[in-house]
Amino acid sequence: MEKERQAFVTAVLDTAVGPVPKVATRLGPVDHWGRVLVRLGIGRMRYAIEPGLYAVGNPDGKSPIFVTANYKLSFDQLRGALHKKQAWILVLDTNGINVWCAAGKGSFSTGPLVQSVLAERLAELVSHRTLILPQLAASGVAAHLVRKECGFAVWYGPVCASHLPAYWRNGFKASRRMRRKEFPLAARAELIPMELVNAGKWAIPLMLVILFLNSLLTPESFGLDGRAGKTPLPILLLSSGIAAGSILTPLLLFILPGRAFAVKGLLAGILLNGILFWENYRAFTGEPPSSSAGWLLISLALASLLAMNFTGCSTFTSPSGVRKELRVALPLQLAAIAVGGALWLSSLL
Amino acid sequence: MSASYLKNVASLVFVQEECVGCGMCYEVCPHGVFVLLEGKARIALPDNCMECGACAVNCPVGAIAVQAGVGCLTAIVNSLLRGRKANGR
Repeated sequence: MEKERQAFVTAVLDTAVGPVPKVATRLGPVDHWGRVLVRLGIGRMRYAIEPGLYAVGNPDGKSPIFVTANYKLSFDQLRGALHKKQAWILVLDTNGINVWCAAGKGSFSTGPLVQSVLAERLAELVSHRTLILPQLAASGVAAHLVRKECGFAVWYGPVCASHLPAYWRNGFKASRRMRRKEFPLAARAELIPMELVNAGKWAIPLMLVILFLNSLLTPESFGLDGRAGKTPLPILLLSSGIAAGSILTPLLLFILPGRAFAVKGLLAGILLNGILFWENYRAFTGEPPSSSAGWLLISLALASLLAMNFTGCSTFTSPSGVRKELRVALPLQLAAIAVGGALWLSSLL
Repeated sequence: MSASYLKNVASLVFVQEECVGCGMCYEVCPHGVFVLLEGKARIALPDNCMECGACAVNCPVGAIAVQAGVGCLTAIVNSLLRGRKANGR
């Protein structure tokens, strides 16, 4: 799409370096709806904006330049935070990936930043020589090299765009709090739908296969004897495992004991299945013991596995730590799933 | 809210003798691993390190080394499997 024809562009400014699109700083319903879709994994790879230079308000040669990724959520947070300000926004081409991941993977890094500064002729646009980058870009950008290669100093702004107005008021100095990456409940909750969508991709076909097998082997359990509506135990326990690992663990992340996510997930699984058993123990006792035990084992392993998968979304886990926990936990989780599956199959025969 | 992960695993190495005290590591670290004391940086909270690599990349004198990497589980599983294969050859 042409840069000027994107929905958030309100005008085109004539500048020393040519026409620059001016962007809205109020996010509209389309932007909010887009965020919902992205968090459900719909059209995530198309959620990019055109890289290049943009204007907020009516900036001049003294206005600060903020740099961001071309992931629309990152860009939207930035322009929203610059409401009523005069500033320039330089959008790097990170293939629609957010700032932190792009910095980690190299697309938001020194080389592309310098190239973009030169290509957009920022030295002709402004009289100062400063770029303000989100702090989380620092794992990709070497500030001292940027200065050496294009003459612009890099200032790392706050981690969260929402702190930008305070950062600006503070004379472009970030407080200790602005420098820290937190992982609050709302941020963790926002990631849950994507976890569930990913789990559903294998869980829903698996559940259909189990229902089909169940109906073949024990027709009465499929509601053919008038007990329709009773959820078969395998479906119940698969769901509880997924819920414990992908919903309960993110929500209770700092309440669940243990440092390893695999442990947190296991405990969430024990908690959830304990409640389930308390509420509906007949679902467990109505099945052959080997089937109940097998599915309980699978449920707990799944909870632990999915919780461990959430390390990828977390903002504080180190790859060395994940590798360490993975080496111990993954073989145990896979073994538990295999043993659980064997127990269940033995109960069918 | 404490966001500390496994202890004693991070690969962060800092050579204080080379430090020029510019404070960049302190500035870019999202988990407060570094502090500045008497004009030099110091590692205060090693277990908070998530190995993002920002400090090492922005240290102008190369006094910091860390095995930075992407924390995604699938990426780590893939690299472990590849590593095992490579060792087998």
